[in-house]
Amino acid sequence: MTWIVRNLWLIPALPMLAAGASALLKQGSRRLAASLAIGSMSASFLLALCAFAHVLRSGGVEVCNFGWLRFGNEWLRLGWMLNPLTAVMLVMVTFVGLLIFIYSVGYMEHDENFTRFFCFLALFAGAMLGVVIANSLLLLFMCWEIVGLTSYLLIGFWYANPKAAAAAKKAFIVTRIGDLGFFLGMMWLYAQSGTLLFYDGGAGCMEQAALAHMVAVTTAFGMTAATGIALLIFCGAAGKSGQVPLHVWLPDAMEGPTPVSALIHAATMVAAGVFLVARIYPLMSAHVGLALTPTTALQVVTWVGAVTAVFGAVIAVAQWDIKRILAYSTISQLGYMMMGIGVGGVAVGMFHLITHAFFKALLFLGAGSVIHGCSGEQDIRRMGGLRKYMPVTFAAYTVGMLALCGFPLFFSGFWSKDEILHAAHGWSVSQTPFYLGAFGALLTAFYMTRQMYYVYAGTWRLAPAEGTAHPPTQPADSTADSETNMHHVEQGDSPVQTGAGIVHHPHESPAVMTIPLVILAAFAVLLGFLGTPAWPWFQAFLDGQHVALDFAAFHGDGLLAVMLSSSLIVFAGLGAGWWFYGRKPIVSEAAPDAVGALQPGIFTLLGNAFYVDALYRMTVQRLNAWWARACAWMDRWLWNSMVQTVRYAVLILAHVDNFVDTTVVNGGFDEGCESVTVGGHILSLLQSGRVQSYMRMIGCALIALVIFLIWSAR
Amino acid sequence: MNGCPCISVLTAIPVIGAVVVLLARNRNRRMTRWLALGFSLLSLAMTLLIWHYFNSASGAMQFQEQHAWVAMLGAEYRVGIDGLGLLMLLLSAIVVPIAMAASWQIEDRVPLYFSLVLLLQACLFGTFTALNFFHWFIFWELGLIPAFFLIKIWGGPKRTAAATQFLVYTMVGSVAMLLSFLALFLAVHTFDFATLAQLAQGGQLMPAVVAKLSTHRLIPHHLAMWIFAGVFLGFAVKVPILPFHTWLPIAYSEAPTGTTILLTGAMSKMGLYGILRILLPIFGEQMQRVSTPLLWMAVATIVLSGYSALAQKDMKRIFAYSSINHLGYCLLAIFAVVKFTGNDAGLLTQKYAAMNGAMLQMFNHGLTAAAVFWFIALLEKRSGGLQGRNDFGGLRKVVPVMAGLMGIALFSSLGLPGLNGFVGEFLIFKGVFPLAGWAAALSVLGLLVTAVFILGVIQRVFTGQLNPRWAAMPDLTTAERMALAPVIALMFAVGLYPQMLLAMVNSTAMQIVQQVRLAF
Repeated sequence: MTWIVRNLWLIPALPMLAAGASALLKQGSRRLAASLAIGSMSASFLLALCAFAHVLRSGGVEVCNFGWLRFGNEWLRLGWMLNPLTAVMLVMVTFVGLLIFIYSVGYMEHDENFTRFFCFLALFAGAMLGVVIANSLLLLFMCWEIVGLTSYLLIGFWYANPKAAAAAKKAFIVTRIGDLGFFLGMMWLYAQSGTLLFYDGGAGCMEQAALAHMVAVTTAFGMTAATGIALLIFCGAAGKSGQVPLHVWLPDAMEGPTPVSALIHAATMVAAGVFLVARIYPLMSAHVGLALTPTTALQVVTWVGAVTAVFGAVIAVAQWDIKRILAYSTISQLGYMMMGIGVGGVAVGMFHLITHAFFKALLFLGAGSVIHGCSGEQDIRRMGGLRKYMPVTFAAYTVGMLALCGFPLFFSGFWSKDEILHAAHGWSVSQTPFYLGAFGALLTAFYMTRQMYYVYAGTWRLAPAEGTAHPPTQPADSTADSETNMHHVEQGDSPVQTGAGIVHHPHESPAVMTIPLVILAAFAVLLGFLGTPAWPWFQAFLDGQHVALDFAAFHGDGLLAVMLSSSLIVFAGLGAGWWFYGRKPIVSEAAPDAVGALQPGIFTLLGNAFYVDALYRMTVQRLNAWWARACAWMDRWLWNSMVQTVRYAVLILAHVDNFVDTTVVNGGFDEGCESVTVGGHILSLLQSGRVQSYMRMIGCALIALVIFLIWSAR
Repeated sequence: MNGCPCISVLTAIPVIGAVVVLLARNRNRRMTRWLALGFSLLSLAMTLLIWHYFNSASGAMQFQEQHAWVAMLGAEYRVGIDGLGLLMLLLSAIVVPIAMAASWQIEDRVPLYFSLVLLLQACLFGTFTALNFFHWFIFWELGLIPAFFLIKIWGGPKRTAAATQFLVYTMVGSVAMLLSFLALFLAVHTFDFATLAQLAQGGQLMPAVVAKLSTHRLIPHHLAMWIFAGVFLGFAVKVPILPFHTWLPIAYSEAPTGTTILLTGAMSKMGLYGILRILLPIFGEQMQRVSTPLLWMAVATIVLSGYSALAQKDMKRIFAYSSINHLGYCLLAIFAVVKFTGNDAGLLTQKYAAMNGAMLQMFNHGLTAAAVFWFIALLEKRSGGLQGRNDFGGLRKVVPVMAGLMGIALFSSLGLPGLNGFVGEFLIFKGVFPLAGWAAALSVLGLLVTAVFILGVIQRVFTGQLNPRWAAMPDLTTAERMALAPVIALMFAVGLYPQMLLAMVNSTAMQIVQQVRLAF
């Protein structure tokens, strides 16, 4: 076993050790905490590069398994693995993570809990890397849960804000609901295949022998065990990756600091669900005999992904908070990834995952830069004209936006999204996912253009116009402002009086924040070229093969048609965005949305995310609270009343016993004694002391005796 | 080491400690507390020593001591431990110092309090090591007396009702158990657990009872079930199993928090220990006949008590119901193990997993619940007795270290991997799922609702706006941190390396499972 595979465990272990060490640090040791986190992440990045280089040379799967605990006569084994999928994810997570760590040094500079922040970030990184290298579904689950914990800690990082605390709890609970399915699926898999190791020299649960067994077993509803297990595990993936209907935690998770949103809720943690599906892909695609149609599990994944892709995109059109737009965009893109895996396989979905990680992190970090520069403002209606004030951020953001929209040829999002659309076009079950995906792409271009115009174009709407007095306006939605409290206003700009108080001019962020933006922008462009049909290096790498540059591939299989139509869709979306938001500059923050003015009802519906949260509140949460009250009631009145009945029965018996004892027994005894005494009294009357009565008695007795003797002598 | 009467010595240490502490006057309370703590740490040291010499590979009884007592009554002094017994001794030895540490702020009649705690520890040691019913039952019942007084004298406003209900309810169960064992004694003239188990597995126990005791009207099978029901009731009240649990919330909530730690950490395990030591080997066949109703009771225990916890506002009640919920998982595992499964060897592995998980969960829950209640005691100390979840708010700002450490204990209770609460639950579900899939599927709701109410506690107590009343709350002192550190470290250690405990119990778990007859 090569050196890198044997020591692969260092990659997650180093950040975790850094987290453990910083947990013991005092609040003031900021530089040490940041250095520990960044240092360990850099080391992990270098090791990830080594692993990548190794896989480039040799490919295939290499594992290192060890026994963890023993029950009965067997060992429960855990382990880690290195294969192309692992290597790619390792490099992505460590690299993007490192950039975001560096960015956070600038972003969180004024926060008093700086040390804690880096401790939690490092813990997250360690756990996420653990998920990536895990060769056992149990080890993956364990790291998965710890990732959920750190997400909880980081969303609720500004714990004094009740909304952040509530959002953290919501995220944990909603993902835990999905994880219940994951847990049961894991138990079932363990029971069916006897091991939770993915690869174990032929005996692993993702290897041929186990898969053949699981497709042969049929259970309830006519499903095979393989399908049932795959669907249950998909529940966990759906929760973590914000698929409909478990998506509700992601927008609320924007309460956390922006680096957290970038790292966890855009690039890595939410991608973990997609990664899990890729890991168990052999199980999901396992079938008996020839594959005439895709398996049930993959069909479910595709449909859920397609619905999510459109759902997220549609809602993003009507959001006002800069981060919420990106959050719903992430939900939508995660839907694309799931759809990609469902229709096209691991390579298609993973390619989009990798490109998305870079440009979405870029967009979030750019949004953070905007928020930082605007001293905590998050509402896009209160921005505008930032192109002038923050040129670097604007340039990087534009690159990210075009990549997300899938602008043709030069941006990575185009190539990765096209792979998905192409595969969906060729899906044998139905063409609906393709149309949903295309519609989603149109919407993506549209809402991103809308965001760009609101944020960067025109003039800064918080600046007082010459000669007009701006009345102080109430922000219509109060989702922002958690970051306002935590931001320190920069010196040196002339302050502007607005209704909200003194606000300084927006300014560009420091280099420690803009350099990561530039680096990410570069990758948002360059990564696309790793997966073009002419040179599908990425796809081949995941399969462990090498491939050469071949422009003729463009002409095959309807590819050009898909590329052309998707480009047209992107242009249409961009054009529509310009039509509504670009032709006339947006003048004031009170001006209604251009689309909203046309269709206010639909716009409000979208703005409230189809009222799904309200629906859950009225159904699931109410049911939960009711059942809790019912159980407490049962406890007091049902079970307790059984006990109280026994108690009262015993008390009644005791009282009856007392009654019998005092009145009947004792009283009877007393009465008996009484009658003896009374009898004695009566008899004592015979002792009158008068001779006459004694003589009378003797006389009577004598007469009685004589009568008796005469009578008996007859 | 086999010559030394280690277990008797171990049981005697707390008794001697109780007497010594009682003789101290109330004048020097500090000395009394430290003396009592010293005795409990001495017991811990002794237990660790026994562990060191314990042979984990064998599932047989070790450190046995046997002395004749009253031969005619079948009573003899017979003690010994196997993996399960040792695990329980270790748990008791760890929980009692924690309970003492959490009782540090008691000012009233301190020598009496600590001597009662030490007496209770002696009774715990006695129960977990006795191998003869007569002698075991004495310790079982004796343990109620210190617990009763601890609740009654130092408890909250409704302490008399709580203590009385606790005592009487448990005694009713114990009386039923006593009657059943008397029936057994009349038939086979022995109180020895090992002999009874052997007879039961040979299929000779119940026929002997039936021959001795049955009348024309009673079907032999029913007589066996009645006797089983008597013993079961005794344990059902103690564990507790729904619906025999109503004494618990009020007892835990009214008891002083140090006593609650003893109740939840150690005494509740007496019931589970009894089920494993007595009910399973001797009444295995009867349990198999009613395994489905038993599984339903276990599921109800898990789900209903979890949801009841969600509806509570007082933190001690929340965690009282949470205790019932966590012990429900052990019950689930045990009742799944006794399910009749024919001769399927594959399912035997699942039973081993479930049994190991149940034992590990007993230890883990004891440790975690003790830690959580300790933190509640620390909060009470700082707030003058308040323990409602809405009484605080935003405490993380003023007591960050306590928030962090209490968070660790709470997440362990929630079953977060990496901490000790996860491993037991995982093994239990892994074993139960193939044996009784429906029960496992319903019981995962318990995992969800636990997360909901624990996060609710964290949200209300530690996050949000700082309640101005507690703006000056002091964080953990150095002494408190040093006392808590080993407990927290142990949580991580067992969570990351559970083999250190599983090595102790695995052979015993296998043996207990094998005792369940595979065919009847």
